[in-house]
Amino acid sequence: MDQAKQRNYALIVKRDCPTCVLIEPVIRSLAEQFDAKLTVYVQDDPSFPASISTRIDDTSLEYSYRNAIEIVPTLMRLGNDLEEESRIVGWDKQQWREFTGIDDLGAELIDFKPGCGSKTQDPGMDERLALRFGKEQFSARKIQLAESEDTMEACFDRGWSDGLPVVPPTPLRVMRMLKGSDRSADEIIGKIPPDNVSCTIEKLAINAVMAGCKPEYFSVVIASIEAALQDRFCMHGLLCTTYFSSPVMVVNGPISKQIGMNSGVNALGQGNRANATIGRALQLVIRNVGGGVPGGIDRATMGNPGKYSFCFAEDESDSDWPSLAMDRGFQRDDSVISLFAGDGLQPIVDQQSRNPESLAKSMALSLRSVAHAKIFGLADAMLVISPEHRRVYRSGGWSKADVKQALYDELRTPGAELVRGANDIAEGMPEKFKEKLLNKFRDDGLHIVSTGGTAGLFSAIIGGWVASGERGSQIVSQKF
Amino acid sequence: MISSTTLLDPTAELQPSERQLLPRLSSIAGATIGLLDISKPRGKEFLDVIEKHLLKLGAKVNRYMKPTFARTAPTELNQKISVECDAVIEGLAD
Repeated sequence: MDQAKQRNYALIVKRDCPTCVLIEPVIRSLAEQFDAKLTVYVQDDPSFPASISTRIDDTSLEYSYRNAIEIVPTLMRLGNDLEEESRIVGWDKQQWREFTGIDDLGAELIDFKPGCGSKTQDPGMDERLALRFGKEQFSARKIQLAESEDTMEACFDRGWSDGLPVVPPTPLRVMRMLKGSDRSADEIIGKIPPDNVSCTIEKLAINAVMAGCKPEYFSVVIASIEAALQDRFCMHGLLCTTYFSSPVMVVNGPISKQIGMNSGVNALGQGNRANATIGRALQLVIRNVGGGVPGGIDRATMGNPGKYSFCFAEDESDSDWPSLAMDRGFQRDDSVISLFAGDGLQPIVDQQSRNPESLAKSMALSLRSVAHAKIFGLADAMLVISPEHRRVYRSGGWSKADVKQALYDELRTPGAELVRGANDIAEGMPEKFKEKLLNKFRDDGLHIVSTGGTAGLFSAIIGGWVASGERGSQIVSQKF
Repeated sequence: MISSTTLLDPTAELQPSERQLLPRLSSIAGATIGLLDISKPRGKEFLDVIEKHLLKLGAKVNRYMKPTFARTAPTELNQKISVECDAVIEGLAD
């Protein structure tokens, strides 16, 4: 006992904790026996415990944070240099007696009561305290706003917005975003076109905050950037083109359910935060880090509304229908994001076809119009099949591969009908194709994905960039 | 004035963090220059002289006036100037 009494102790409590209140008589006897060798830190109410004369106000939680307090009460024994030697938490009478060397400590109390969570463990508190007391973590330039500046307007004024309000990227929000991934903030993910500037995970987090992402989306955002930076996607050219195209993102695998993405009613429309903000984050990274600004390097004649954001999840409820990711070599339980250089939507209405043959002909006829009905082989396409149309194929015994094959077969067209001048239309294929039989799409140029609500005999075409293929952009996928 | 709001720069930090000036005109000749009188005494005389110089340099000049110097310009006036002019010169003080 005497030896234990020679040591210094720190006790961390909060009034809001019933266990701390319970042990108030113990705190009083410790204060009497240890006197100045005991320091009591209070997290919430500096007047607690009233029965002792000296308490340290730790409502800032600095001491608690620096000592990684997780539970109150915590009693720490300190060495001569006041560094912690060991600690006990909660109330365990026998343990406290051994720890303090006081044999009759807490005689009037029950034997055991678990402690409560330290205030440092409150939701969101860790990031706040890390910002205040932790080591400097950000390398991005800090921009101090004037008192008179509205934070939302300040983001517009500095050119950081796509035209819609962005969430102001405060250090706290960025720190929380970074917690959504185990990637290091200073890791360089690659060079972002068009300026080809090295980009860190931290910069991605800043832009993901602005896009409105939750931290749990951040791993998808990172994967989308990695996909966009794959050479075969040709992000630089896609950004610069006068054509309509921009990244269209399809998310497959368990992650889409985990973060609540929409693959059902209105999947390609508004209203789902994950769909909306993940697609937007990529666009903001291209704009802010890459310097890809409309009218600057972005020379789109008209653009398309998907350049704000175009991201959705595939409906994978039919286990016999392979997903887009599976077509691309991944497994059903892989989380994968695929990027396709595409435009807006062209609907396909077919409420009459009751067999696969008719429906495939119907879809092929609509697919003919991608880019131009007389232009073959330049633009890829993504065919978005609704659950009801999928059912027509499935109940007719067709697989996804059967559908794709039928579409290719149906679309194969004699060059004479497509060459420039044919049908009195100047536009068309060069004369050299006149004697050839032409495919509408390259061999790997038609991608089929399934999404949408369960009512509606409608499907849709997302036309691709007219510079599809090796000379421009090819679909890319990134597992994460 | 320091406020509590700090933001982290989302850009590649290739530009100064302050708000950027719009691109400057490369030449006055052929440009339409607005002269904005803010309704302070002698503003007209000052801008008359500026107008003469601008005309000599080959610019087209439009004249505008704020209703009162005590308030910021009405939105309609800002919009009118931005649509009609390539640049604007404001006669700020008396």
